[in-house]
Amino acid sequence: MNAPNDTAHRKVASFEIFHTQYLDPEGRPTAEWPVWAQKPESLRELYRLMVRTRVFDKKAVSLQRTGQLGTYAACLGQEAIGAAIGHALAADDVFMPAYREYAAQFARGVPMKDVLLYWGGDERGMVYPEGTPAYHDFPLSVPIGTHVPHSIGVAYAFKLRGEKRVVLVSCGDGASSKGDFLEAVSSAKVWDLPIVFLVNNNQWAISLPRQKQTGAQTLAQKAIAGGMPGEQVDGNDAVATREVLSQAIARARNGEGPSLVEAITYRLHDHTTADDARRYRPDEEVQAAWGNCPIKRTKAYLQRSGHWSDADEQRLLAEAAAEVEAQVQAFLDTEPEPPAAIFDTLYESLPKSLVWQREEVIAAGPIGEDH
Amino acid sequence: MAESGKTATKNLALIEAINLALHSEMGRDEDVVVLGEDIGKNGGVFRATVGLLDAYGEGRVIDTPLAETLVAAMAIGLSTQGLRPVAEIQFSGFLYPCVDQVVNHATRYRNRTRGRMSCPLVIRAPNGGGIHAPEHHSESLETTFAHMPGLRVVCPSSPARAYGLLLAAIRDPDPVIFLEPTRCYRLFKQSVEDNGEALPLDTCFVEREGSDITLVSWGAMMHDTRRAADLLAEEGIAAEVIDVATLKPLDLETILTSVAKTGRCVIAQESARAGGWGSEIAAGLAEHGLLSLFAPVMRVSGYDTIMPLARMEKLFIPGVERILKEVRKVFEIAPKN
Repeated sequence: MNAPNDTAHRKVASFEIFHTQYLDPEGRPTAEWPVWAQKPESLRELYRLMVRTRVFDKKAVSLQRTGQLGTYAACLGQEAIGAAIGHALAADDVFMPAYREYAAQFARGVPMKDVLLYWGGDERGMVYPEGTPAYHDFPLSVPIGTHVPHSIGVAYAFKLRGEKRVVLVSCGDGASSKGDFLEAVSSAKVWDLPIVFLVNNNQWAISLPRQKQTGAQTLAQKAIAGGMPGEQVDGNDAVATREVLSQAIARARNGEGPSLVEAITYRLHDHTTADDARRYRPDEEVQAAWGNCPIKRTKAYLQRSGHWSDADEQRLLAEAAAEVEAQVQAFLDTEPEPPAAIFDTLYESLPKSLVWQREEVIAAGPIGEDH
Repeated sequence: MAESGKTATKNLALIEAINLALHSEMGRDEDVVVLGEDIGKNGGVFRATVGLLDAYGEGRVIDTPLAETLVAAMAIGLSTQGLRPVAEIQFSGFLYPCVDQVVNHATRYRNRTRGRMSCPLVIRAPNGGGIHAPEHHSESLETTFAHMPGLRVVCPSSPARAYGLLLAAIRDPDPVIFLEPTRCYRLFKQSVEDNGEALPLDTCFVEREGSDITLVSWGAMMHDTRRAADLLAEEGIAAEVIDVATLKPLDLETILTSVAKTGRCVIAQESARAGGWGSEIAAGLAEHGLLSLFAPVMRVSGYDTIMPLARMEKLFIPGVERILKEVRKVFEIAPKN
């Protein structure tokens, strides 16, 4: 409706959504950078994490293509978001991933081997090493968006106990249509919970483009309905994404409640290795999106500013290749669990009525070639 | 009201016993929190949470927005942080939005992280019909959950058992669906000792011994089953009565032991017939107890229809007469010597 100009109507709410970008697609600063980003080592850390993740991602896809890994969801082109999350969260915070934020998981101590174990069909890929920040993080969540409202309970527990910890929960653009997501966003501000909702908007939910997901102008504005700040950030800009997340995390930690960040990115890969995006997505669109690659942008800045040399690049690529190779080998060398494992953490202790089933599985022997 | 040591014995209705258990456990363990719709000042639509807000404050007594998925999901999040949430869903029909959360997440976090995480939570809800409630308020959901691995499903049938089983459910390290018999909330009172002692889960209770037939039931149907046993006793038939109490995991041993003695069995459930938990019990008896049986195991159940609205709900809910009818069929096939 048009804004009426009569005594029957009065404006009761209005809102604006801002978009943040600090690094343009050519790798040039768009504004003065926050203090942390002015330290070259900060940018190098983000860059290294993105490159290691991309080397891993490429290898994971090739493992799947050669029959050594199950279906895998690549994060190609979205590495800046994971890197920014990993860089912005404190060790004691809780990260609740969807499934394309491997860079954040690596930063928090998840070994690459664990991600391979997970997509290779082994629950031990969700155990994560004790003593790392990841040990109190949540595992990947495959059902779309249903993990998002778990953040409400986790953050409520922090608040109840007076802990200054923050939950960062990520999901995709598709998840923003789900009731679970909306119930969480609608309720978080009721208790001023320390949550950052991150919508990783990669424009495609399998074959459904963003504009068919909702008629809303932005996904960030879903925050407004929940009474919290909502904003967009250029998700292929590691500086802006890290900064916007850091501010949202700081607000949450200071008792100012939840925020929602919509990070705009692009899924350069198929949805998963079981998908063929050529069926529904124009190739020209993908080619154009390559021009906005987050790794290319960060590298352009670092090189132009003299903080990254060809030798640095060669060393990083060699180190990343060696790291990934070692992790792949560790994954391939991991023997399957003993058969009883499917029972052993079903409950804290196995109910006596299930003991015979466990014994039957043990008696059938280890998984052989015919399984 | 009698005093025994430090604990008081009170004459309580089932809903009051639930309330007592919540008070008792929140007092004993500060990690216990309750959450749900209208559970604070209002004390819950059935008054299960009356007095908790005043006693424990709004930090631990959480009025949630009107969002059942959120209630279940929030309980999951709380439980992963070491709290012991007890979530209330107002009516059984509104449990369905929780199924996704319970099945895809609550049951799985321990298993998928190989024990790194866990979900020690309870979701309480009234279950079944018989109180002339509106549409979607009278469904029986125990089998929906009992089929799911990694869960416990508990259906108390008396005030004392509700008290002891709820304490056990809250203390259990894994997720428990606690389905309370709606039509028994205020049906009768019973002496309940507030001693903080949990009853065992995963255990059927033989609450009446008999040698002629085993009557198996749970939840609200236990009330009809007990009355059926009384009437049979007047006819000289000694029925053994078993309250399944924990449907999942099922203590089939106790039922098999009874049937080995009686040779006859009738299972009474309120929920729809096909694939109900009575079918699971009957299948267990067929597999492991067939040679003890003198007659087929008979099931008494609701029909495979939508739960009717209030005017017709009595057609659906099996009462004493339908239990006795199946018992008589059994004795026609295998008369008492």
